[in-house]
Amino acid sequence: MNEPAPSVADQSLDSGTSDTTGSRTTFWLGLVVLVGVVGVATLGLFGVPADDVQADAVRIMFVHVPAAICTYVAFGLTAVGSLMWLWRRSVWWDITAHAAAEIGVLLCGLTLATGMLWGRPTWGTYWEWGDVRLVTTLVLFLIMVGYLSVRSLGGDEAATSTRAGVVGLVGALNLPIVNQSVNWWADRTLHQQSSLTDGKIEDLTLFTVLLSIGVTGLAGLWLIIHRFRIGWLERELRAADLHDALENQRLEAHRFRGPA
Amino acid sequence: MTHLCYVLPAWGLTLVVWALYALYLVRRGRFLAARVPPRRRRWMSAPDL
Repeated sequence: MNEPAPSVADQSLDSGTSDTTGSRTTFWLGLVVLVGVVGVATLGLFGVPADDVQADAVRIMFVHVPAAICTYVAFGLTAVGSLMWLWRRSVWWDITAHAAAEIGVLLCGLTLATGMLWGRPTWGTYWEWGDVRLVTTLVLFLIMVGYLSVRSLGGDEAATSTRAGVVGLVGALNLPIVNQSVNWWADRTLHQQSSLTDGKIEDLTLFTVLLSIGVTGLAGLWLIIHRFRIGWLERELRAADLHDALENQRLEAHRFRGPA
Repeated sequence: MTHLCYVLPAWGLTLVVWALYALYLVRRGRFLAARVPPRRRRWMSAPDL
């Protein structure tokens, strides 16, 4: 009598490797990020002097600015991945785009939340609907939430990737608008223009901002590597499940027909 | 320190969200990796990755 083909789960039992998405690289990367976070927190909360105008509210800058900059990078990566999927049908880029979008949404949400917490003591309000920087950032956030929603719809895998890729590119069109909104509509925003390169920031503060951007970037890289591997494993599992189902159906049909 | 009621939530929210998401990824990765044979974990098989 024919036995059903062994499932993927059965086949994995003989594996001698560790069952994680971690690796030597991500281990050391994670360690560097942890040390970096301790360094940024020490400098940002205790080392940097209070600002003359914003007082201690300036310490929010060390979590808000890196989140905003890494949001641009993550959504930029989503756009590149989407383009590569639409142009070359690259599965690697498709999974990368998805991973970057998920982390970008997280970062963009944090940018909005920490920006509101910074705005209250600085501008006297959490939110201003007439402010172009705030509203364009919210629109970007919602577009990329839409991207993740399209991803979660299911159905044909290639069609889902194509639809999500189009949404990812539309989201990327918004990136320069968000970035330049404080220059293009300077009279319609409470948000300050970029001050990192104007030479007015005190040395230790500037160093801490740059350090926080570097640490957040490395943390984002760690997350993207893990999220990419999860995306890859999910794809492999779906393919294996389909293979198992087809194999069992073939054996069932063979049994039903009986010996020739 | 002034503005503690804004500074601490901003830092706390950021660190907690990062930590929880990292934990979710590690746990989800373990769950999935246990179900896929090593030979199909293409992006995890390179010795230097």
